[in-house]
Amino acid sequence: MASALTTNMDTPRDAEFGDYYELLKPRVMSLVIFTAFVGLIVAPVGVHPFVGLASILCVAIGAGASAALNMWWDADIDHIMARTQKRPIPSGRVTEGEALSVGVGLSIMSVAMLGLFANWLSAGILAFTIFFYAVIYTMWLKRLTPQNIVIGGAAGAFPPIIGWAIATGSISVESVLMFLIIFMWTPPHFWALAIFRNEDYVNADVPMMPVAAGTASTRRQIWWYTVLLTPIAIAPAFTSIGGAFYLVVSVALSIMFLKSAWVVSRRDDAAAAADKHQAEVKLFKVSLIYLFALFTTILIQSALKTAGYAWVLV
Amino acid sequence: MGAGLMDGREEHELHKRRKGRNMAVGGVLLAFVVLLFGVTIAKMGDAVIKPDLAWGESQ
Repeated sequence: MASALTTNMDTPRDAEFGDYYELLKPRVMSLVIFTAFVGLIVAPVGVHPFVGLASILCVAIGAGASAALNMWWDADIDHIMARTQKRPIPSGRVTEGEALSVGVGLSIMSVAMLGLFANWLSAGILAFTIFFYAVIYTMWLKRLTPQNIVIGGAAGAFPPIIGWAIATGSISVESVLMFLIIFMWTPPHFWALAIFRNEDYVNADVPMMPVAAGTASTRRQIWWYTVLLTPIAIAPAFTSIGGAFYLVVSVALSIMFLKSAWVVSRRDDAAAAADKHQAEVKLFKVSLIYLFALFTTILIQSALKTAGYAWVLV
Repeated sequence: MGAGLMDGREEHELHKRRKGRNMAVGGVLLAFVVLLFGVTIAKMGDAVIKPDLAWGESQ
């Protein structure tokens, strides 16, 4: 009995706290925390630092809860795909029922707490975001259409709107622009990954764009989405959260992203296989740097304004 | 180890893991209490993140 209890990955065992934490997809959560934080800080209304911190924590936990629900629903395909095989459910560390309980429990908790800490508009948007990611994206769109991440990307785009709503209790052009940046950024970001992980999605029968429409079409679409993203990414420069500094940096970052997308769009699978998808992996990394840098620039621009450097354009 | 077996109180790896989990859950609950207390205090006060703005508005 004792030897059976001192177990390894192959035999069932009690989950550790870290296993539950892993259900929340901490890396995705960090992007949510950061973009919600930017939305909160650049808003024109001040929030008590502790209330702001507690509210951002609620958003992070809400995002984590939707990730747990995603892992609960997708346990069957996570088991097949190399990228997801080590997640807590497929590796046997957490049961599906536990993941569902964690997901539902934390969802209710995070929305209720955010409503009490900040306001019910931000709590309502958080509830909608969790519903959108867990039900609309995970349960419905993901296995149905190659447009899955185009529409599902909205879930990942809501945090800056929530951050802004925490501070102001409203939605504005600025927060909608921050939403649109993440929304338009998601397809090229995910499709770069889908191209170099294509085999995974084929095996799991998930109709990602490269599986359903072929990689040639996906490469073209990566390019066009990046082109469409460019004016949206530059637009905040002409709003209350932007200025000359943001304009210069966003143009530079857009050129960097466009260059990487162009390289990926101009080559075929043979060229990609020859260098082990170097350009696609690079585009994936560049896209992450791009988004992080863009939101950091919004933050710096806001700090410049507060410090009295009024490099505003409007 | 031997003494542990004799008095039937050997600590299995399972117990260690459960203890770790319980401590972590306890920590989370404590953090939650601190969070609620902190927010309550903050909401009762009128300090804001941009004090100059608040000061300007109050003039």
